[in-house]
Amino acid sequence: MHELGIMTGVMESVETAARDAGADRVLKVSLDVGVMTEAIEDALQFAFEALAENNPYFEGATLEVTMIQPKSICTQCGHEFSHDRFHMLCPECGSPFLQLLEGKELQISSIEVDMPDEDEPDNSDKE
Amino acid sequence: MQIDLHQPILDKNDRLADENRELFKEKKVFVLDLLASPGSGKTSTILATIEALRDEFNIAVIEGDIASSVDSEKIKSQGIAAVQINTGGACHLESAMIRRAVDVLDLDNLDLIIIENVGNLVCPTDFDLGENMKAMILSVPEGDDKPLKYPGVFQAASAIVLNKIDTAPVFNFDEELFYDHIKNLNPTAPIFPMSATNGKGVEAWANWLADQIRAL
Repeated sequence: MHELGIMTGVMESVETAARDAGADRVLKVSLDVGVMTEAIEDALQFAFEALAENNPYFEGATLEVTMIQPKSICTQCGHEFSHDRFHMLCPECGSPFLQLLEGKELQISSIEVDMPDEDEPDNSDKE
Repeated sequence: MQIDLHQPILDKNDRLADENRELFKEKKVFVLDLLASPGSGKTSTILATIEALRDEFNIAVIEGDIASSVDSEKIKSQGIAAVQINTGGACHLESAMIRRAVDVLDLDNLDLIIIENVGNLVCPTDFDLGENMKAMILSVPEGDDKPLKYPGVFQAASAIVLNKIDTAPVFNFDEELFYDHIKNLNPTAPIFPMSATNGKGVEAWANWLADQIRAL
């Protein structure tokens, strides 16, 4: 249950990046979350909604979570394979020496923001 | 407008953890982050480990708890330096907390710091503290199926202590099944069955840990 803490950090990073870009508001936040982490999608959504409610900069914003399935390479035979959380043996040669390639992600992949005057005509031409 | 960030969420924690790691390396101190449930015998295991290793190594303990200093008092009563971190509700320790705690320790005269993380099989798994190694304790009464329910912590651990082994018959703990689960989840981690309170099996664990410290 550290999703609230994680999401607090996400909102801070997103707000900083969005304000740096000159955005009025955040519309959408996209996260990549590896299945091998301890973060649960529902809890992330809950934390996001709870935090967005109290922050006008995130009014109406949505959270998209992409869960990344685990993938490893066997350091003995070089076989690359997808697997679940529970089986960490190479299906080809049975070796326990694997390197996890994907599945431990915990990152903000992208955000969508509302820019000022984005859809409005440029006033400088109207003289 | 879309902005691509590709920014790790735990970036700040990971950066501070790297700084901790540098500091520990410079001071030649081995740091063990110990994870387990509440009541699994973390403090008893630490006390037994200290007893086995204190002749060879200078040891200090960082105690992480949501509240109270019960555990650090127990460690201090054995003449070992202990720092208590009260997380005030947070379910895990973070690298910034560790940095503040080690600032009060005499790193120049230490070989081993044992961090007793907050009793929790979930959250501490995702947080790098800059440690050399995470290890975990499962106690027999918790059940042989725990690796299936909390795979992350069993995978993050470089070694697994199976504590309260003296109670195995009472709790119908299937040791063979437990070992099978670990073989699938984390096949390279050694398992040390022990009883921290009666001392059985402590030596094998302590010897293994001593080898890791000496190899630093």
